[in-house]
Amino acid sequence: MCDPVANSARHADSGVSRRRFLTFLVAAPTLTLATGLAPEAALPANAETALPGLPQPADIMDLGEILILAGTPTAHLLVLEVTEEGEAHFELPRAEVGQGITTAVAMLVAEELDLPLSKVRVRLADARPELLMNQLTGSSNTIRSVYGPVRRTAAAARARLIAAAGAQWGLPADRLVTRDGAVVAPDGRTAPFGSLTTIAAKLSLPDLTVTPKPESEHRLVGTPASRIDARAMVTGQMRYTLDLDVAGAKPTMVRRPPTINGTVRSVNNEAAVRAMPGVIDLAVVPTGVAVMAETFGQALDAKDALQVTWNGGTVDTLSDADIRLRLRAAALPFVVPPLLTLHLDAEFDFAFVSHAPLETNSAIADVRDDRAEIWAGLKSPIVAKQTIAAAVGLPADRVTVHVTQSGGSFGRRLFFDGALEAARISKAMRKPVKLMWSRIDDMRHGRARPATHHKIRATYALGQVLTYEHRVAAVETDFRHGLGEMLTAVAADLPVGGDLTFAQTVFLTTVKVPYDFGVVTELLSEVPLKMHTASWRSVYSANTRGAEEILVDELAKKMGQDPVAFRRRFLKTARQRAVLDKVATAGSWGRAMPAGFAQGVGFHEEYKSCTACLVEIDARDPKTPRVVKAVIAADVGRPINPRGLEAQLLGGLTDAISTTLRAGLHIDKGLPLEGSYSQFHYARQKDSPSDVQIFIMPAGGEPGGAGELGVPAAVGAIANAYARATGRKPRGFPINFDVDFTPFPR
Amino acid sequence: MPTYSFSVNGRTVTVDAPADLPLLWALRDRLGVKGPKYGCGIDVCKACTSHLDGKAINPCVVPLSEVEGREVTTIEGLADGDKLHPVQEAWLEQDVAQCGYCQPGQIMAAVALLKTTGDPTDAEIDAIQNVCRCGTYFRIREAIKSAAAKMRK
Repeated sequence: MCDPVANSARHADSGVSRRRFLTFLVAAPTLTLATGLAPEAALPANAETALPGLPQPADIMDLGEILILAGTPTAHLLVLEVTEEGEAHFELPRAEVGQGITTAVAMLVAEELDLPLSKVRVRLADARPELLMNQLTGSSNTIRSVYGPVRRTAAAARARLIAAAGAQWGLPADRLVTRDGAVVAPDGRTAPFGSLTTIAAKLSLPDLTVTPKPESEHRLVGTPASRIDARAMVTGQMRYTLDLDVAGAKPTMVRRPPTINGTVRSVNNEAAVRAMPGVIDLAVVPTGVAVMAETFGQALDAKDALQVTWNGGTVDTLSDADIRLRLRAAALPFVVPPLLTLHLDAEFDFAFVSHAPLETNSAIADVRDDRAEIWAGLKSPIVAKQTIAAAVGLPADRVTVHVTQSGGSFGRRLFFDGALEAARISKAMRKPVKLMWSRIDDMRHGRARPATHHKIRATYALGQVLTYEHRVAAVETDFRHGLGEMLTAVAADLPVGGDLTFAQTVFLTTVKVPYDFGVVTELLSEVPLKMHTASWRSVYSANTRGAEEILVDELAKKMGQDPVAFRRRFLKTARQRAVLDKVATAGSWGRAMPAGFAQGVGFHEEYKSCTACLVEIDARDPKTPRVVKAVIAADVGRPINPRGLEAQLLGGLTDAISTTLRAGLHIDKGLPLEGSYSQFHYARQKDSPSDVQIFIMPAGGEPGGAGELGVPAAVGAIANAYARATGRKPRGFPINFDVDFTPFPR
Repeated sequence: MPTYSFSVNGRTVTVDAPADLPLLWALRDRLGVKGPKYGCGIDVCKACTSHLDGKAINPCVVPLSEVEGREVTTIEGLADGDKLHPVQEAWLEQDVAQCGYCQPGQIMAAVALLKTTGDPTDAEIDAIQNVCRCGTYFRIREAIKSAAAKMRK
């Protein structure tokens, strides 16, 4: 099932290409869709059983599966090379931003090839338009989407290496095995992979069929491994965009407007700024005034010295209070009247939240008359390439876009505004540029998770939850990074119908209630505001499911039940209950706590994975609460690298601590007030628990999504612990959100 | 323009630059020392944490004029050739890094702490203000404790 395309390396560094003997294009991959859709165990038929609800769209097909489907036509275009040094080089069409996918993919390749992990290299592929919709990093989708294709590709390489050794030794393939980077004959002879690549590439194997190893034979996959780039990271050798040496690319920064989307009317002291030490060039671009200098220190001084008259922006009169009013007005009405039945209503507000990756928005661009080259951390590089080509007036095939590993994303690098801006500056200045956003600009003019308003109503009687309605109103989330095209491409298969917006489709295919709460409806309405928004780790779920987990605690109390027992009763499957039981047991749920301390619990399920989180909070001073302990359990179907998975859950916990308790953006007259980590209070060591236990449940199916899974359950757990410790019902997030700083000048 | 001579990771360097140029940009843009990272430029995120005469500093706010004749150590100068510093080793053992961008600064902050405090308490570790946006704090704490234990032996 595979055709070798020998020596098809198409990289600019052609000096290396003669060493790349095995490049496989494996044809006709099969896609494994929608495993584990049915509840794994029928509910016990006794009086305690909750009323089963109908499946929601995300139960039928979630966003991750939709993206896999959209990418299926090109899932076979993966490139794996085995070199004569006996190394495997895999080119991953995704972005590594810290989530550990290069390590997990290297493990899959090493496992399938029987090669030591240290012999596998994974590099991030340049933008490859031929992949169509299969180069988007999002929806916790990487491992889900490449698990099958990577294994099949590597299995094909292994089969060819075995065939090559067989041809050399005159032995049939079924008598040979692979071990530790070599093919081994029954008599003990070994042939290292590197010695076989030339023959392997030339063999005609029309009947070769390839089957990946059975998962029961996995020895590396499923065991904890450290990041393949960890040593580079701890020695300062890891190269991020701004660390690259691109000939002639000089430090460049942009002076930005006092309100979002403002534009330059006039630059009033251009000559004086051009005369400043180190300044090389200056150009007006749609987003502000760009200054290039010999060092970033000088570029920073020069852009601060600029005197600019600005035109207004797109949201100049808007502040938080106006936005909240508009959100409240936009929330759709409930259907079920609160008459005659027992009911619980609650409303919640969540502030804007900066993605705030530690590496600010940055890019290198070299735009010439006839070609352009871009380097940036990009989760959507094909759309970036197409957009940049149009903006600088070049055909897309004259624009090369390199994807660099980046210093965090959390959804931010779905957008390529930095790369686009760098390209425009390079074109205007006719020079290569190395663009860096200041932290203040990154927070104020970068992107943010949109503010949301939630209202929830549950009705109950006779120990059952009868109806459950959740109405979400959100400032519009920008999905213009290729997601719309993907949803359109698979429109016929979407589990939702009617005249839904892309946002509503994303909402309904990512958010679902994991409990049997009778008749359930969850609806999104959006308020379009011309601000810079983007999906933020877990998209709608951190707020939507976080709020629901708070309501679940309050409902349990109303119905006279313990929060864990209540969840156990209303969860739908044994698999869900197992993670809840795990944290309840390991975290000693219900143990006595001193005054001001409390436990809280939360549960979440998405992308075929589920997790529970139990925290203990010290809220003796409600203004300075601290999560002191966390116990997390997750079932992701099939963990590839449990150690990396634990890291993702730890990150999700820290995100939840931050956004639940202190971190958010205040919008004031068209601009966020916050401009650095001294103001946007993302957690630091002093806010982080010194006791964290994470349990990964044993493999039991296909890999589910895991990168965003940890946030919503932890949001619920922390808010619930805070409520129990303080007796206050949290309704606005972050809970402690004073403007406790003097904002930077605009 | 004035000239400044100082040592970076044991090598004497001379930089011709304005007196108020922050050391971070002298290192990154003039000397090609890329380990210290920009994260805020105002001594808040601490991503650039390095050492000046063995003590933690943040080069984004240290003017070049202050380092004349002194010893600067960045993450690149921490290991002894291929032999990693015990704190780096502990970082590998705990698999601390996620995106890795803040980790040079985290490690340099931890090394500075352990120089003065061989057996740091949780409260002393809490005093490290370096931001990790990936939220690796728990593993950082574990790595510091494990490195401290090894260094005491």
